[in-house]
Amino acid sequence: MSEANDADNAEILDTRGLLCPLPVIRTQNRIKGLAAGTVLDIVASDPGTLHDIPTWCRIHGHEVVDTRREPHEVHIRIRVRRNT
Amino acid sequence: MLAARVVIEEGVQVEGLNFFTGFCVEGHTHAIRAKDQRKQKRNTALQAAEQLGIKLHIIDISEPYKDIVLNPKHGYGTHLNPCLDCKIFMVNQAKAWGFMEENGCDFIITGEVVGQRPKSQRRDTMPLVARESGAQDRLLRPLTALNLPPTLPEREGWVNREHLYGFHGRSRKPQIELAARFGFSEYAQPAGGCCFLTDATYSSKLSDLWRTRGERDYSLDDIMLLKVGRHLRPAKHFKLIIAREDGENNFLEGYRKQFIHLRTVSHEGPLTLIDGTPTANDIELAARIAARYSQGRDADFVTVSVHHRNGVVEQLNVAPLPPQQVSEAWHV
Repeated sequence: MSEANDADNAEILDTRGLLCPLPVIRTQNRIKGLAAGTVLDIVASDPGTLHDIPTWCRIHGHEVVDTRREPHEVHIRIRVRRNT
Repeated sequence: MLAARVVIEEGVQVEGLNFFTGFCVEGHTHAIRAKDQRKQKRNTALQAAEQLGIKLHIIDISEPYKDIVLNPKHGYGTHLNPCLDCKIFMVNQAKAWGFMEENGCDFIITGEVVGQRPKSQRRDTMPLVARESGAQDRLLRPLTALNLPPTLPEREGWVNREHLYGFHGRSRKPQIELAARFGFSEYAQPAGGCCFLTDATYSSKLSDLWRTRGERDYSLDDIMLLKVGRHLRPAKHFKLIIAREDGENNFLEGYRKQFIHLRTVSHEGPLTLIDGTPTANDIELAARIAARYSQGRDADFVTVSVHHRNGVVEQLNVAPLPPQQVSEAWHV
């Protein structure tokens, strides 16, 4: 799937204002209801999520498509591989 | 982490559970404070799970956990730490999660060691945790198993008791040696240091919250805000939360709409939230205190904007409160 398609079809999860591990918990809970192949865009303000969500994805077999850090927030795009 | 690895070595499939209570230290202050932003912040449970090659499920128990903090059957430790009730509750939650049909677990593992903690890990309280949590003999403590009666997994031969350990006491030396044997170089700090309820200053702030509100209760926002800023209480009916640096300013920005808040306009200064029901005179005092912590602390007057919850904004020109008039007793 192209990057443009990913952006168009992505589900959004806004965890700004939450501290670790709440962004990971919200991601974990959101993914439970998503089909394999779904793209999820997560935005967070806790810089620790830049490590924690990709780690959680590696552990559970989901694909980290992209990560980006901005001055006050981080963006993580993941593709759901299978439900765990 | 060690306990999990010992059981993995027995050929057992292990999954990790990590509970979020709201009081977890886990890098929160580092995540907020700007000066710590360059430090690497990683969730230690996730790191451990990745090193072990196991799945980790993080479970939010902050709401039901309130009852443990507010009404601990077995009482508190040195501060507001209900360690024994906490341990019983977490094992009970692990049992509830693990023994659900979809998760299909046969037993629970913890890293407890007899004699390691003064309240929750004593020879007499460890069987109590197994009993009151409902886990009974399906609770295995691989690091100290030889000090306790054989559990179901040992009796059934799911794990070989001879491969388990008999660690006891407060020394971490045997654990450190075992970690080295397994090749673990990074691991979490010992239990107790990971919970704000074991911290004297934090417990004092939580006690103050209960005392001044006249009820023992809290929300997740309450306990998050106790981790941030300088807390000053000039009177029972209101308290100031003053950011100490940029990172705390950013964090408190997320809460500003829930509180009357103050910004210094004529000089650089911190964001200040007012918690409670201040009168007009109280707000003026709060503005003078906020001015005292701004770059205008030595100026004759500082302009402070007061943002009310209904959206009304007023400006006050106030003389910064002299340091000697900021009573020590106000510091929560």
